Amino acid sequence: MTKSFNLDGQGIAFEDGQTILQAAEAAGVYIPHLCHHPDYSPHGSCKLCTVKVNGRICSACTFPAAEGQEVISNSRELQDDRKKITQMLFVEGNHLCPGCEKTGNCKLQAVGYYLNMLDNHFPHFYPGRGLDASHPDVLLDHNRCIFCTLCVRASHKDGKDVFAISGRGINKRLIINSASGLLKDSALSAEDRAAHICPTGAILIKRTGYQIPIGRRIYDHHGIDQIDTDMDTEPAHGS
Amino acid sequence: MAAKIRIATTSLAGCFGCHMSFLDLDERLLQLADVVEFDRSPLTDIEHCGRCDIGLIEGGVCNSENVHVLREFRKNCKTLVAVGACALNGGLPALRNFIALEACLQESYLDGIGVENPQIPSDPELPLLLDKVHPLHEIVKIDYFLPGCPPSADVFWKFLTDLIEGREPELPYELVHYD
Ligand code: FES
Repeated sequence: MTKSFNLDGQGIAFEDGQTILQAAEAAGVYIPHLCHHPDYSPHGSCKLCTVKVNGRICSACTFPAAEGQEVISNSRELQDDRKKITQMLFVEGNHLCPGCEKTGNCKLQAVGYYLNMLDNHFPHFYPGRGLDASHPDVLLDHNRCIFCTLCVRASHKDGKDVFAISGRGINKRLIINSASGLLKDSALSAEDRAAHICPTGAILIKRTGYQIPIGRRIYDHHGIDQIDTDMDTEPAHGS
Repeated sequence: MAAKIRIATTSLAGCFGCHMSFLDLDERLLQLADVVEFDRSPLTDIEHCGRCDIGLIEGGVCNSENVHVLREFRKNCKTLVAVGACALNGGLPALRNFIALEACLQESYLDGIGVENPQIPSDPELPLLLDKVHPLHEIVKIDYFLPGCPPSADVFWKFLTDLIEGREPELPYELVHYD
């Protein structure tokens, strides 16, 4: 007999070893997330996947599914919490969408749209974070990094370990594995999965940003809950 | 006949793009004019805001005059609305927040390419620049937010018709854009 748990009143089958988020995804049920990606081990840092399991708050992307669990995800309370979390992500970095090539294809933005987030609520931090435009094919804009570590995990799997997170709290930053600390001296190539996995506009492939016009991009007309959310948000470019 | 709804609008550290988008209401402006009238606004040239039902503010806050105008609006408008990306998060003008104000002025008026007769403007008529550009909600209480750069005419229409007809304003997915 297959095992199952209850998610917002719906039975979700799971296999041993699956997290709540993996089982929900397999059943086609959307739980908001940013740092989770099915191809990489969970990191549990963004907290957007916060659910209530048997009355306790947990991250669905790290919490193992178990027989008979009562899981609440789509409640007003949790959606409000997620909106606050998303607003904090926006004010902690510099997310100025009108000037970002990723706009419309950005998962951070898409989660904001999905949650009907109309403002940033909190005072803006405006950290001075800088930009690394040294690489011939890849742009790194630290202003848009949300420290999800997807590029870190992807680059590890690419066998290159180009990225890492250094420092703590407000001093946390993405660092590059090269003697100069610059992307151009690292092993990164535009073909690497790590160059395409960023959910925001922090890592961009140069000279491709406006191939698809604004207004015709992934999340311009489709909610992130309605489409395959784990496709790389860089659409395939050129031929 | 019921008194008309009074609306005031202004652009602070904005580009008037949101106002242009508002004018994109086109023939719907006539419908709107049946029920609303404009107080202080670039559309009327009224200089100071009287008692109003709705205040629409485009742009963030970058200088002392912006602060005074924003406070005048808050004092006089029952419902104050932040309109567009700059009002919500500072927008493009907030890109200067990562550069010291002095360095900005130096580059613009002294050392920049093509600068003639270099001098930093200091006429007492000119409002003083703030150290940083701020979104409106950091200065006064804002009742509603319309995101977008600019928000489309449909956003203005949906919001204003909801509000005027006594519904809680709501923007459906298609109308929520940060770009
Ligand atoms: S998706 Fe679970 S914490 Fe980020």
